[in-house]
Amino acid sequence: MSAATQETAIRTGRIARTFIYVVLLVFALFYLLPFFVMLVNSVKPLSEITEGNMMALPKELTFAPWASAWSTAQIGVEPTGLRPYFLNSLFMVVPAVLICTALGALNGYVLTKWRFRGDTLLFGLMLFSCFIPFQIVLIPMARMLGIMGLAGSTAGLVLVHVVYGIGFSTLYFRNYYSAFPTELVRAAMIDGAGFFQIFWRIMVPVSGPITVVCVIWLFTNIWNDFLFGASFASGSKAPMTVALNNLVQSSTGVKEYNVHFAGAILAALPTLLVYIVAGRYFVRGLMAGSVKG
Amino acid sequence: MAHQSAEVDFRTRLQNWIPKLVLSPSLAAVLVFVYGFILFTLYLSFTNSKMLPSYDWVGFENYRKLWGLSHWWTAITNLAIFATLYIVICTAIGLTLAILLDQKIRGEGMLRPIYLYPMALSFIVTGTAWKWFLDPGIGLENTMHLWGWESFEFGWIKDRNMAIYTIVIAAVWQTSGFVMAMFLAGLRGIDNEILKAAQIDGASNWNLYRRIVIPLLRPAFLSAFVILSHLAIKSYDLVIALTGGGPGRATELPATFMYSYTFSRNLMGVGASSAVIMLMTIAAIMTPYLYAELREKP
Repeated sequence: MSAATQETAIRTGRIARTFIYVVLLVFALFYLLPFFVMLVNSVKPLSEITEGNMMALPKELTFAPWASAWSTAQIGVEPTGLRPYFLNSLFMVVPAVLICTALGALNGYVLTKWRFRGDTLLFGLMLFSCFIPFQIVLIPMARMLGIMGLAGSTAGLVLVHVVYGIGFSTLYFRNYYSAFPTELVRAAMIDGAGFFQIFWRIMVPVSGPITVVCVIWLFTNIWNDFLFGASFASGSKAPMTVALNNLVQSSTGVKEYNVHFAGAILAALPTLLVYIVAGRYFVRGLMAGSVKG
Repeated sequence: MAHQSAEVDFRTRLQNWIPKLVLSPSLAAVLVFVYGFILFTLYLSFTNSKMLPSYDWVGFENYRKLWGLSHWWTAITNLAIFATLYIVICTAIGLTLAILLDQKIRGEGMLRPIYLYPMALSFIVTGTAWKWFLDPGIGLENTMHLWGWESFEFGWIKDRNMAIYTIVIAAVWQTSGFVMAMFLAGLRGIDNEILKAAQIDGASNWNLYRRIVIPLLRPAFLSAFVILSHLAIKSYDLVIALTGGGPGRATELPATFMYSYTFSRNLMGVGASSAVIMLMTIAAIMTPYLYAELREKP
């Protein structure tokens, strides 16, 4: 989408242009509004929300809801705040992303530079696995994790996310490497370089951009996952999304909306930061994820 | 000499095997954890599994039971409403925003990331934000009353007949920016010479878009449809966070149905059969798409 400077042939009048800007700004407000509501109400005392106006700026600025959401709020039965669950998510997402990206790079390399009969079919099988409704694997996966002794553990979640992330990471690297000149690989082979030598010396050095795309995509997806977390790691090993949901849905006591909003922002922060820092790569990942390479 | 050639032979053969060896762990994982598991769930859907898997074959009994459940019909009807509105509204908003943004807009670099950022959030975060924003007691309705619009009413999220539409609103908010990006990429890929030629021929802007640009965007429409429909069928987190399937069962979808029948109601056979139907629906959409995508490439 770097072609933003490309001339558009359409000519529009002044009134039409004003109208266009108005529509675009109204939509910008629509997208910003829920986040504005979360942010503003996360720094208000509870009474200002229940008795006041949700859209109003805080009269009294307080960061107590943030502190509460992070370290003292009641999650399930324990008043631990979201901190331990934030760490659970971190310990789940980092190994899963690393393993998945490494496997994707190797798979993409094999599927483009060491092609064999039936490789497209195998790739198709891997690709289809990205789109299955995960309900179809929940029951056997729960049993499998039980058999492997990984039920309710972070390691189990890492395994699950690696398995269902391979399809996408392979897709990214396969599409990227297929544009890389195979002649260079051939020349290296004639010079006697082996499979791994070619991978390390030739493929890895050019893989920077696609690695960023892949890491961001996996990080966002795995961090935001709820279904697997809720199914396989409830209780103290739950990831951030599950803990946030427990916090918001808890039916005991007063509903502390300001704490819920602070918690929601905390859960959104890592992926949002990645988006702000590397949004371009995030969009590229999304587009490639809709299969068009 | 003979020894040396044998070694060379061994090395080339090893070189031939390494790629396949490297691919095999991923492939094995996918075969077991995806296709093996699909077969296992398929098998369970033909057994009388309750709380735990059982291996007593009951034929199509679970499917008969499933299609006789009003709860399942609610889920299916809701999915039909949700998916239709979600796909249509996302496509309409996405296309409109893309076309408007493509008019050499100042500040495009600011607007695009604003439209797209919800896509980076978890559905649980989106659900939490909209749950309280749409809550009549503290959210939008209350704000309008305080601003002097006393008769304003917006209690959809508490209304059995309207709650499903709040899921549509939140889901559209989350993904329409992504659809915009897909259409914008499509628009930027169109050759401007075609547009200029049509303008010289005296085509109005409206006709230009209707007759030329939108037909050229067909691949983007197809991608958007496939991605949105598969997201709609898989929707689970958003419902859990926004309404929890309620009020009553008013916002149950197949994904939440499967979960509650399998893990809370201990009717695993019925849960498995609903998962099989979800998979078949997605496969019917995805398989032709993926097949076409993979075949195009040399």
